[in-house]
Amino acid sequence: MKSGDAKPILQIDHLKVWFEARNGLFQKKQYIKAVDDVSFDVYRGETFGLVGESGCGKSTLGRTIVRINHPTAGEIRYDGVSVMSLKGEDEKAFRKRVQMIFQDPYASLNPRMTAGEIIREPMIVHGTHGSAKEQESRVAELLETVGLKPDHIRRYPHEFSGGQRQRISIARTLALDPEFIICDEPISALDVSIQAQVINLLKQIQEQLGISYLFIAHDMSMVKHISDRIGVMYLGHMMEIGESNDLYHHPMHPYTKALLSAVPIPDPRIAKTRQRVLLEGEIPSPLNPPGGCPFSTRCVRATEICRKECPVLRDVGGRLVACHEPEER
Amino acid sequence: MEKKIPMEELDNSWFEPLPDEERNLEFVAMESKTYLQDACSRFRKNRLALISLVFLACMIFLAIVVPIVSPYSYDEQNLNAVNLLPCASHLLGTDKFGRDILTRLMYGARISLSVGFMAAVMNLIIGVVYGGISGYVGGKTDMIMMRIIDCIYSIPSMLYVILIMLVLGSNMYSVLLGICVSSWIGMARQVRTQIQTLKQQEFALAAYVIGAGNARILFQHLIVNSMGPIIVDATMMVPEAIFTEAFLAFIGIGISLPQASWGTLCNEARQMLQIAPIQIAWPTAAICLTVLAFNFIGDGIGEALDPRKK
Repeated sequence: MKSGDAKPILQIDHLKVWFEARNGLFQKKQYIKAVDDVSFDVYRGETFGLVGESGCGKSTLGRTIVRINHPTAGEIRYDGVSVMSLKGEDEKAFRKRVQMIFQDPYASLNPRMTAGEIIREPMIVHGTHGSAKEQESRVAELLETVGLKPDHIRRYPHEFSGGQRQRISIARTLALDPEFIICDEPISALDVSIQAQVINLLKQIQEQLGISYLFIAHDMSMVKHISDRIGVMYLGHMMEIGESNDLYHHPMHPYTKALLSAVPIPDPRIAKTRQRVLLEGEIPSPLNPPGGCPFSTRCVRATEICRKECPVLRDVGGRLVACHEPEER
Repeated sequence: MEKKIPMEELDNSWFEPLPDEERNLEFVAMESKTYLQDACSRFRKNRLALISLVFLACMIFLAIVVPIVSPYSYDEQNLNAVNLLPCASHLLGTDKFGRDILTRLMYGARISLSVGFMAAVMNLIIGVVYGGISGYVGGKTDMIMMRIIDCIYSIPSMLYVILIMLVLGSNMYSVLLGICVSSWIGMARQVRTQIQTLKQQEFALAAYVIGAGNARILFQHLIVNSMGPIIVDATMMVPEAIFTEAFLAFIGIGISLPQASWGTLCNEARQMLQIAPIQIAWPTAAICLTVLAFNFIGDGIGEALDPRKK
């Protein structure tokens, strides 16, 4: 999918999500900067992959879009309209158009509801798809779409396997015919064999229905497989955004390079020849981020300026990189 | 070492596809049952709880039919038959005024059980709604609601009962009100904690993202999921209320004579302890067995409602 000619459906504009952290009543207020000044666009019909280590703020970002978290500053626009200002009917309409798949299929389904009730709930809430009977038949349809059997309709979540549960979760998000789905690590809680099934299901649904995805994950190879473009996050900052294949094969930011060199290669002969970039040290605490470039404490190429000045995302030959001295392509 | 077969020697004819029915498809091993059916079948396996339930059912039945069945009334005195031991015409004997003890015990059951049940139901409703809202809304609302609870809790419940009785007179309803004023607090706190943890769970967030309203999320998703411990708590509250009422009646606060709850019966029997010691055994046994039965049932429900204990 090209990014030049299409219209962005989702625009994230200098978004900041800070959480207040106070240890005691009389302690100074501190902020956890989960998302700090992130901007990017997602275009209609594309899949935007968001990768990064745990705790880099990618899930917070996804949750902020659907208003589970509240932004400290910045703007989220969906189809040109600010998401934060939506109220009443407009908010309901937005909920219909934007859905979310959660990470843990064991926690994201209400254990007291049957699969059928779970999938039907969005239709009940929004009063769509006509009568109870028509809704029921729509549920059966959705079950088929995600590869479950019609007789699963009366079963409870604990009677399903992880992969099946995630399918129910996907069916629920599809119930309202959304345009945009945020996938918050939908596969990280699943077996590798089932991961591929779920990914392929998501791709197939996208082809059929033309949905846009924001795909959040920490597994570089999976993200590359499903995404058109990829954004790499580190400590709440966006480090690099580029076309999926290009970024995967020619990373320009040192952090992206390090992340990619951690991707296992199935062929041991090729794996031996590759040069690995091993990161030293731990990811710094978001309570106390390093000054300058957030990656400067672990970057092998860090220089004086990196420790002093935080680089902004800039266009380097069609790629957006936040680095003072990006690698050659 | 296992023998190696060179690739060239492999022949497709050695292999054949598995017939469809032998393919290892994903399947669900258990019959699908609704949640309630499941809980009932588990409850039925718990013998102690089942016996308790039968016992209570008998008690309730007798309490209901006693005006029809019993040849005596609770206040009918017969000074020719005072302090009788159990015999054919008075199954549990008579008290110091010659009143039939069994009849009085069953009339007592009416009061004690009603107080117990009504207190539990009121606690359940007030506690769940109050705790649910407090836990779900959170923030300042939660803080204020919890401080109100603290204020109510800081006054001893005995004081409430005495004060309410002064105003409303000594009848069953003022006892009930007195017990309820402060006893829903435990329930509210429990529900609040449950809701606070549950509302962070992904299924609650998922309901929010779908666009479900606050009431729907709170009642359909959160409270339904904390129903197990809540029902157990409510069941345990019945014996607690019976106990409190009995205690109040025993020390002379409560319903007015000649009506009798189990507590007043105990008190009356205590005065006869040296003349007819057996009289105190009956109401005591009634209280003990009922309280015990409710506890067993509470445990049984707790186990039955938790599908993870399968």
